[in-house]
Amino acid sequence: MLAHAIFFYTFSFIAIISAIMVTVSKNTVHSVFFLILDFISISCLFIMIGAEFLGMIMLIVYVGAVAVLFLFVVMMLNVSQQKSQWFSSRESSKHIPVGLIVSVIIFFELIIVIGGWKYKPDIDTAMVLNFDNNISNTHSIGYVLYTDYIHVFQLSGMILLVAMVGAIVLTFKQRSGIKRQFYFKQISREKADGVEITQVESNKGVILDD
Amino acid sequence: MIDISLSHYLTLGVIIFTIGVIGIFLNRKNIIVILMSIELILLSVNINLVAFSIFLNDISGQIFTLFILTVAAAEAAIGLAIIVVYYRNSSTIRVEEINKLKG
Repeated sequence: MLAHAIFFYTFSFIAIISAIMVTVSKNTVHSVFFLILDFISISCLFIMIGAEFLGMIMLIVYVGAVAVLFLFVVMMLNVSQQKSQWFSSRESSKHIPVGLIVSVIIFFELIIVIGGWKYKPDIDTAMVLNFDNNISNTHSIGYVLYTDYIHVFQLSGMILLVAMVGAIVLTFKQRSGIKRQFYFKQISREKADGVEITQVESNKGVILDD
Repeated sequence: MIDISLSHYLTLGVIIFTIGVIGIFLNRKNIIVILMSIELILLSVNINLVAFSIFLNDISGQIFTLFILTVAAAEAAIGLAIIVVYYRNSSTIRVEEINKLKG
């Protein structure tokens, strides 16, 4: 229990500090690094409380794919040149008090909801028990994911496909002035449409249309 | 204090959620930081779902966390593609200067 508490407080402290640094730090690259640190500490928490599969998936998907995607975009867009301070510009500074007030209200509302929340006494008997201590976490997720939630699973695959197609379509740019090779046109070219014999009149010349 | 219960995890989720909301409201730098704040918010929702799933002994919470992870990855890909296209068109992604819709 003591080890659990120590690990929980350590990792959650790191997670909160790095979440603050994501929003506060001036350099966007540093924000991405702190985002990676945040994901890693949260996935350590997940592994610690027994959701090993999700912790590992968080590491792979977020740190391995999403954060690297962010880093690539930050690198390509040259945002570190666009220096701009937090709280600095004259026009936006009037949004800050309202935003802070709304955020603090949201925070206290959520805290009140959590603090005043109790289990219904019979919830342990009412709910569906899906846990089996004999099999691992990955096994139990697989048993449920591929049976009860199979349609949702395939739908999420469709979402990923649509996202991939959308990202390609958005960023694809058709450049003009590039000569490409068309194999079908090249192979199906016959003598009849390749060569043309014309009678050249004198003093007129030939007009080539190509 | 020593005994880590469900409400500890919920409080952690609340704190990270609020930091993400503050990051969206008060951001004046560029849109990428706003996207990262949205990732923080989704992360806090994931913390909530996993904590409930563990403490209530129900695996469905982890399944939904998996789906949230999928949607978050798709959202990050689309959002970053939109940002790249916008930067190509107007060569800035600062929040103050994005006012083409005059909203």
